[in-house]
Amino acid sequence: MSTAATAETQPREEPTNQTRFVDLALRARTFGIVGVLGLVVLVTTSIQSRFLSSNDVQFILSGAAIYAVMAVGEAMVIVTRNVDLSVGSVAGLSAFVCAGLFHELPGIPTVAVFAIGALLGGGCGLITGLLSAICRIPSLVVTLAMLWIVRSVDVLLVGGAQVTAGQVPRSFLLIFYDTIPGIGVPDIAVGAAVLAVAVYFYMSSFRSGRDLYAIGSDPDAARLAGIPIAKRITTAFVMSGALAGIAGVLYASQIGTIDSTAATGYELQVIASVVIGGVAIFGGSGNVIGAALGALLLGTITSALYTLGVNQNWDEAFQGLLIILAITLDRGIQAQLASALRRRRVRLGA
Amino acid sequence: MEPDTQLSSVASALAGSDGAPGAGPEPLRGRRIGGTLSPLLRWETGLVVLLIGVVIFGLDTSSAFTSDSYLFSQVLGGQVGEIALMTLPMALIIITGEIDLSVASTAGMASSLMGYLFMHHWSIALIFVTVLAMGAVAGAFNGFLVTRVGLPSLAVTIGTLTLYRGIAIGILGANTYSTFPTFWTNIGVNPVPGLPFMSWAFLIFLVMAALVGIVLHMTPLGRTLFAIGANREAAQFAGIRVKRTKFMLYTFSGVVCAFVGILLTFRLNTAVSNNAYGLELTVVATALLGGISIFGGKGTIVGVLLANLVFAGIEGALYLTTGFNESAFPIVTGGLLLASVLIPNFPELRRRAREAVHRRRRLHGAAPSVEQGVSR
Repeated sequence: MSTAATAETQPREEPTNQTRFVDLALRARTFGIVGVLGLVVLVTTSIQSRFLSSNDVQFILSGAAIYAVMAVGEAMVIVTRNVDLSVGSVAGLSAFVCAGLFHELPGIPTVAVFAIGALLGGGCGLITGLLSAICRIPSLVVTLAMLWIVRSVDVLLVGGAQVTAGQVPRSFLLIFYDTIPGIGVPDIAVGAAVLAVAVYFYMSSFRSGRDLYAIGSDPDAARLAGIPIAKRITTAFVMSGALAGIAGVLYASQIGTIDSTAATGYELQVIASVVIGGVAIFGGSGNVIGAALGALLLGTITSALYTLGVNQNWDEAFQGLLIILAITLDRGIQAQLASALRRRRVRLGA
Repeated sequence: MEPDTQLSSVASALAGSDGAPGAGPEPLRGRRIGGTLSPLLRWETGLVVLLIGVVIFGLDTSSAFTSDSYLFSQVLGGQVGEIALMTLPMALIIITGEIDLSVASTAGMASSLMGYLFMHHWSIALIFVTVLAMGAVAGAFNGFLVTRVGLPSLAVTIGTLTLYRGIAIGILGANTYSTFPTFWTNIGVNPVPGLPFMSWAFLIFLVMAALVGIVLHMTPLGRTLFAIGANREAAQFAGIRVKRTKFMLYTFSGVVCAFVGILLTFRLNTAVSNNAYGLELTVVATALLGGISIFGGKGTIVGVLLANLVFAGIEGALYLTTGFNESAFPIVTGGLLLASVLIPNFPELRRRAREAVHRRRRLHGAAPSVEQGVSR
């Protein structure tokens, strides 16, 4: 289908001129986000030097980390030419249940809470994945339904109650703010980065990871190639759900006071991050590091606008423009790539 | 070549095609049913049965369910008519294989702009024209990005969903405006004279549904939309101006949503930047429950009308049920949406399950049965 997809599915071949060229172009896409990120930081800092004060940076990184964790899972789903709209609701449910655990089971270790969050999210993802992949319902429809169902379960569970910051241990609330001693980088930002790199490695080097790209590039070809499509797609949804569950626990740590509206509307922000990060919305190309960087870029821009004293009211409009700009840019790059490839093919006589 | 393949793959991207043999533009429902009319009949009949069930459930809960005042206050009043109005352009756009997630944001932006212009004492007629024109521009921008730049509509309209809501916030900020002339705000509060159960918004929806239904099902233009959704390339080769048609649909959607923004502002007597927040998914769900196929090329306005009534009826009936947290209503919406795609899929699922069993049997070395040949 798209040329980008062709490149993604062929990296194990002998590096011919063609694959090397396309590889370079694809890498440039991720570098492009880093470039824009650098530019934003540079411009903002040159105007307002306090932008890079350590507190601001820590806050940007921690805040973006939650979105980045969700974006990594969402990117895995979008690469397979599906979409997961339920991540916000799953994160909200996980946030409430997990924060409530501290109240109901005093002394429960934080690790266990994270594990339960991941399991809960993974369970939701499993239902979504089975409905989508086995029952062949379009994922947009399934996850739209799941968005409401999971949120309603949350509402019924919570009732009018809420978990307040006083009911969870202080150490839990500090997870969001803890930094690595000496460097000052927040723990959870490092965690999100490690996660993105690990998933990137999985998706680019493991057969089952490569399968996700194959499915997204051309589902029919993937089926003929013997790829267990339903299994892979379900796995992607389980991962997306589990990561949304973990993000929910992090959200609880950040906000402290959780009611049934926690993380409402996060799904579109997460998909926006993934798209800005260069993952094609119809699957088959892009990578999770880009998606995580997309989340960081969105967070940085919001913060930069604030620092620059741009009227806060226009934040969201800027974000919208940025999303449209990013996909337009991506479209342009892909068109360029396509014509370059075509010329090359002609020259090689392929 | 390239933009075309990209665009046409949007439908399958939306559909989350997982490579079923013959996935992609293949219709989700109706394939196994013979005849051209029967699939339509089936879907709409199902909705009618569902609607009757809802009414019985409502009456069973309380006989007040079908009283004029209750119908007006909890069933056909409120935001029901406004949501219903937005499902019409949404249905048309989904039929052509695209989607518009920016509808609620456009309505919100219209509401904000209206408040702003009222604050600055513009004349009412001028305000209406300006707000509707802004809706047209917003829709045209979507249409431009989707048809001329060739971007996937799902991504574009997620972008403009944020952008238009952002503009709504930018225009009004934290301000609200709530001193609209009572002549206008009354249309949201009072029923239509002579029809004590009918809200103005829902009446306008009914009239518009009739018009859109006639255009969609009885004119060449309507056939064009189905043709585009069924097979974009074939439509193009048949001489249909695919891009222009889609562009016009998005513009139409923008105008309708701006109009909804006006109605909504008058009903609430408040212009505030988060008006109509998050309604886009309800609109999409209603269209899908109405039998509009997410793959494009299929659906009827009658189905959309019935789906709107079903959703309105369920919500109205649930209000009567004591002890059900009204914030949890979406669980019914979500469940219904899932059921609406699962149930028509059952025959297909059974067929595939049977095939899988055969395949396994063959793998395990059993002699191929006669049935296997038949099922292929």
